[in-house]
Amino acid sequence: MEYFAKRVIPCLDVDRGRIVKGVNFIGLRDAGDPVEVAKRYNEEGADEITFLDIGASHEGRDTIVDVVREVAKEVFIPLTVGGGIRELRDIYNLLNVGCDKVSINSSAIKRPNFIDEGAKRFGSQCIVVAIDAKRVSKDRWHIFTHGGRNDTKIDAISWAKEAYSRGAGELLITSMDADGTKAGFDNELNYKISKVVDIPIIASGGAGTMEHIRDAFIKGRADAALAASIFHFREIDIMELKEYLKANNIAVRI
Amino acid sequence: MIGIVDYNMGNLASVINAFNKIGASIRVESNPLKLKEYDKLILPGVGAFGDAMQHLKESEMDSAIIDFVSTNRPLLGICLGMQLLFNSSKEFGEHKGLGLIDGEVVPFNREKFDHKLKVPHMGWNEIFKKKNTPLFNGLRDEFYLYFVHSYHVQCDNRYVIGKSYYGYEFVSAVNRDNIYGIQPHPEKSHKNGLKIIENFIEL
Repeated sequence: MEYFAKRVIPCLDVDRGRIVKGVNFIGLRDAGDPVEVAKRYNEEGADEITFLDIGASHEGRDTIVDVVREVAKEVFIPLTVGGGIRELRDIYNLLNVGCDKVSINSSAIKRPNFIDEGAKRFGSQCIVVAIDAKRVSKDRWHIFTHGGRNDTKIDAISWAKEAYSRGAGELLITSMDADGTKAGFDNELNYKISKVVDIPIIASGGAGTMEHIRDAFIKGRADAALAASIFHFREIDIMELKEYLKANNIAVRI
Repeated sequence: MIGIVDYNMGNLASVINAFNKIGASIRVESNPLKLKEYDKLILPGVGAFGDAMQHLKESEMDSAIIDFVSTNRPLLGICLGMQLLFNSSKEFGEHKGLGLIDGEVVPFNREKFDHKLKVPHMGWNEIFKKKNTPLFNGLRDEFYLYFVHSYHVQCDNRYVIGKSYYGYEFVSAVNRDNIYGIQPHPEKSHKNGLKIIENFIEL
């Protein structure tokens, strides 16, 4: 019997303090208000909430800090923020208002030592390294930046290993091939990464059905599954999903 | 008034928010001389055991906490704050704790795991109620809370009010008289966590 739960994480895109890419909830006064949306997900059984600051300009930094400050007053589950985290100060400011983890992506690629510094200063448990990977041949994935347009030529699996050894506490793996397709996660990539690191993996990109999420846990060996639109547009209800996972012998928090 | 012991180990925003949500009066206290003014204390903490004890000693919070609990007022240690209640820890060498409850803090022993698991133990796991305690009023016999830790407590069963399972069974909540400790983070554990905080307020 496994008690330790697999996690279901809705991801909210935030731009200048507002939720973008419309969230389709019935009965919300303001579907762009991060506090209201996060509260709703919290009530529906989300295990964590991730905010992706897609504006993430330097001036915008304070806005995401304000968002987290307000959400953390109402929502008592772990909160992660990604997007535009460039220095230790950014991490500090977020943790200081009730954020639990930060997800770093391009800053870690530009300067891998940022992972070590963040882990050393704040603890590995709050440093998530986000990896946007795209398959380039049968057995090879590269890290892509700029929304999948720029091939860094860095091998995704070796980068995952490096991020782990530098002190990342978790990896958020987004398949740029699967993202937006609703055809399922890249379980092969996740499985390969799970074999070389000893930290939790969050599968992202491609969720379309409840079966996809089950497969991310079973075939991809992911510890958590992150999705945006299927939750926002009510294609999948988080509680129903958890009942389904439980019926499939996957431990979840209900 | 409830005091949160501030000894420079981790941010306190989430703990403060959780108490505020329930409507309790809470204040962050960094002056050891003032601890005696509170009705109840929270000992929070993230980070390493040795650093935490050093901060407690340097700030003279250690003896102030020991004096506080000797007056029979309730104290709740959360996460590292729970571990600090014990005699010692093996985290990065051997460190002495506050010694308020007999027992020690040890790392998760991977060799004892019944299957391969990752350490830290980070995520939602169940607490199995081992004793009736006011801290768990209104909660089921098993309930999910959010954990983040690599070390856990080992102590006599008489102090154990809750256990959890991660590769093997370990102690996740303790109580001796007016002293309580909980390994997971109630302030990050949704309704179950807020219920525990509410129960502590009502002790």
